Amino acid sequence: MSPKVRVALYWLASCGGCEESQVDAISDKIDIISNLEIVFWPVAMDFKKEDVEKLPDESIDVAIINGGVRFKEHVEMVKLLRRKSKIVIAYGSCASWGGIPGLANLYDINEVLSKVYSEVPTLQEKGVMPRPKSVTNEGMEIELTEVLPMLLPLDAVIDVDYYIPGCPPTPETFLKALETLLSGNLPPRKSVIGASTRALCEECPLNKTKPDKVLIKEIRRIYNTKIDPSKCLLVQGIPCLGPVTRGGCNAKCPRVGSPCIGCYGPLDKHIDYGAKAISFIASILDLNDENEIKKALDNGIPDPAGLIYKFTLPASRLKVNLKRGEHK
Amino acid sequence: MSSEYEPKVLMFTCNWCSYAAADLAGTSRMKTPHNIRIVRVMCSGRVDPQFIIEAFAQGADGVIVSGCHPGDCHYMEGNYKALRRMLLLRKLLGQLGIEPERLRLEWISASEARKFVEITTDTAEKLRKLGPLKPRLDYVRKIMEEVVK
Amino acid sequence: MKPARFEKIIIDPITRLEGHGKIIVVLDENKNVIKAYLQIPELRGFEKFLEGRMAEDANIITPRICGVCPTAHHMASTKALDDLFHAEPPPAAKKIRELVYNIFMLEDHALHFYVLAGPDFIVEPTAPKEERNILGVLKKVGDLGLKIISVRRKLRLINEEIMGKVVHPTFGRPGGISKPLSEDVVKELKEIIDQALWLAVTTENVFKKIIETNNEVAKYLKSDIYREETYYMGIVDDKNRLNFYDGKIRIVDPKGREVAKFDAHDYLNYIAEHVEPWTYVKFPYFKTIGWRGFKDGIDSGVLCVAPLARLNVSDSMPTPRAQEAFEEMIKFMGEKPVHYTLAMHWARAIEMIYSAERIKELLEDPDILSKEVLNIPTKTPGPIGIGAVEAPRGTLIHHYESDERGILTKVNLLVATQFNAARISLDIDKAAKMFVRGTEISEGMLNMVEIAFRAYDPCFACATHAWPGGLKLVVEFYDSKGGYLGKKYLDANFTTACNIN
Repeated sequence: MSPKVRVALYWLASCGGCEESQVDAISDKIDIISNLEIVFWPVAMDFKKEDVEKLPDESIDVAIINGGVRFKEHVEMVKLLRRKSKIVIAYGSCASWGGIPGLANLYDINEVLSKVYSEVPTLQEKGVMPRPKSVTNEGMEIELTEVLPMLLPLDAVIDVDYYIPGCPPTPETFLKALETLLSGNLPPRKSVIGASTRALCEECPLNKTKPDKVLIKEIRRIYNTKIDPSKCLLVQGIPCLGPVTRGGCNAKCPRVGSPCIGCYGPLDKHIDYGAKAISFIASILDLNDENEIKKALDNGIPDPAGLIYKFTLPASRLKVNLKRGEHK
Repeated sequence: MSSEYEPKVLMFTCNWCSYAAADLAGTSRMKTPHNIRIVRVMCSGRVDPQFIIEAFAQGADGVIVSGCHPGDCHYMEGNYKALRRMLLLRKLLGQLGIEPERLRLEWISASEARKFVEITTDTAEKLRKLGPLKPRLDYVRKIMEEVVK
Repeated sequence: MKPARFEKIIIDPITRLEGHGKIIVVLDENKNVIKAYLQIPELRGFEKFLEGRMAEDANIITPRICGVCPTAHHMASTKALDDLFHAEPPPAAKKIRELVYNIFMLEDHALHFYVLAGPDFIVEPTAPKEERNILGVLKKVGDLGLKIISVRRKLRLINEEIMGKVVHPTFGRPGGISKPLSEDVVKELKEIIDQALWLAVTTENVFKKIIETNNEVAKYLKSDIYREETYYMGIVDDKNRLNFYDGKIRIVDPKGREVAKFDAHDYLNYIAEHVEPWTYVKFPYFKTIGWRGFKDGIDSGVLCVAPLARLNVSDSMPTPRAQEAFEEMIKFMGEKPVHYTLAMHWARAIEMIYSAERIKELLEDPDILSKEVLNIPTKTPGPIGIGAVEAPRGTLIHHYESDERGILTKVNLLVATQFNAARISLDIDKAAKMFVRGTEISEGMLNMVEIAFRAYDPCFACATHAWPGGLKLVVEFYDSKGGYLGKKYLDANFTTACNIN
């Protein structure tokens, strides 16, 4: 009778989709809970930060953290969990590479704050912004955690042992990763677990209609294209990122005629997911004239960053819009 | 400040055409800017956008990718692949705050030593005016170090 | 002479709902609650980083606002895109969207009722904390609980087949949907629809039974402690009946009189937002009245959305069993609009019944097997597209502006729970003043404050919620000028550290 695995779960700037998928996984395999002893889970349990502080270092077997690092209080929490845990897992795309909230790195944080609290048309009184310290109408001083100038993936702040990819990781991915962790046979540190080591095309039902050499004369946007959901999307001119994206999700999006958007992230040898995606898209475009190429790109890919960096911008080599770094 | 700043330029040259031109410029004792660091590749089509992004991430102020003229590629299609990649990459870099002028794609044949000199000189000059990229990278690095403290 | 000291009790984190919320309860030296504040430390900036994106990416990106109600965002977004790209979906597409949407409403409401809020009233709000969680619920209801989990899971799997992904759907397109329904999935749905209706009716019965057994919740159901007389808002059809997917937005005043009924496109005439510096959440309000502060009543612009509000703005339910349930609730509560916050749970169960019946209706429509599910946009996109739906947690509005290439230039989002933020503040403030008192502040007392919050089913929900554990508190001490003096940690019994010398 093996002892229960002590698990801590925590969430940063997250949408809750990872949790929902974990619940789906547990609904599918309810006895998995009997292997786990959950010692910290603020969203579900009442243990506090000081309870974790009181634990001996490395007494938590596995800390599973999802969400991107967005606030100062996130940094404190994850550093604490790192000290107290043997293994730390970056769970989901946000913790692994920044995720969709990472798109905020295309803008200076002050631009973001200004838009949300000062510029949208529903705001009537401008000039009030959330502040680290403020005084309420009743005269009470209240502290509010500060937002960081950029969104960071988990490994920018602490040492991460394993990554579980996906937005969210599917129930199957979660269960597979748990199986790996509970097996006692741990893969090399820094591995991505629970998913495939091959590109998504391998498991895509449309793969049979994908020719060896994909060559298109035009890149199309999905909104004005009559897509045949039974044929490879690339052949129809839709920039599907399957060829540069890790598999493991069972190609859920292509199954309904939607292109892969890369939420399972890069394959093992990629340094920068976005750069790889650029290389791939360029290689299927069958045009040689500079003007024709420019036109095809302007029509089909008016927003390269949005297309290729939806999930991985903070983990890319450049990380942010460097324009905003300009300061004297 | 700008008089002290000398841009760092990384130049990928294809073995069959552009590298030969660079070599010829050297043996002909033509004056080439000292800012250029050359990386020889077999074909401009070998230049992975990851290399270019890595170059900028490590402080290059500009990158030049140079290959054979269209139609003359030793491997037939390689330079066309480079063309498509560079055009898309330049668009992306613009969204990441890296001015499109910092990434150049040029066709230089083996005998065009003069062209090699002109392009490298012109690049160094343009980048001097644009200013260094490093302070912006340093700013980001500082933020990240602050966070981890 | 020592300066007067204020004491702050911070409930951090609040459990079984939105992740990083804190409730800050401020006491004077006589241990009376001066004020309780709800603080939400969450911000990601979607309104900004959607700028520059292809508009058609919006219905892929915005579901990441919430992984519990991603379908709501996907739907509101897709409708905004229909508008932005000037593409009218074929009737079959609208019906399929509405079908999928009702399946989602049903399973999401079930999640909240049993896993989040359930422990409070199926077990007891002041029950030992070890019992006050989903395990306690399962223990009390037995195999019923496992059946509920199983039916919910099946509904989610069906939706996944249609939408691509159940967390972060991908099937919506401007002008329709990406792919028609397969006969298999319709067959699967027809086989499970009775179980879906069973789930809904069971939930209603569970709640009614609780009222009969007269436990703590029943006591407080009609108490003034959890009562706010605010304006109510929700979407209704042309007969002023509840509709989650489409219709007009209707606002009624605390007396139930219609004060606004508008198309989503006109929302800026009726809705505005207020900012407080001590929290990141914004507070939308009824613009016609204006922001008058954190108070209820006909002179305050504070709004309420979500199940209770939707029932309050509806004259009737469009389906028979839901109508019965609706009438029963109104009769029992003795008023309309119903102002008692805890009736939210009852309203939620009634909405589940409506969803199940509506799914059944749509399944019987031969249109849903049509292959005509997309009208591809042909016109130049822009300048504006606005779409609204009723998310489980309230009215949801997506507002996009784009250039002629269909690249987004401006975005505004009014997200369901925001509309309740002010009213939740009122409820927790009142509950804190009523329950938190004396030299011994018990964990049970503090849970009564949290109950006020949970009724609204705020945006985030995590289904395996509520495991054993006691609330640990941080108590902070301030002098009368608000200067910080220090803090103390309370243990599980909460009997120490509340004495202030």
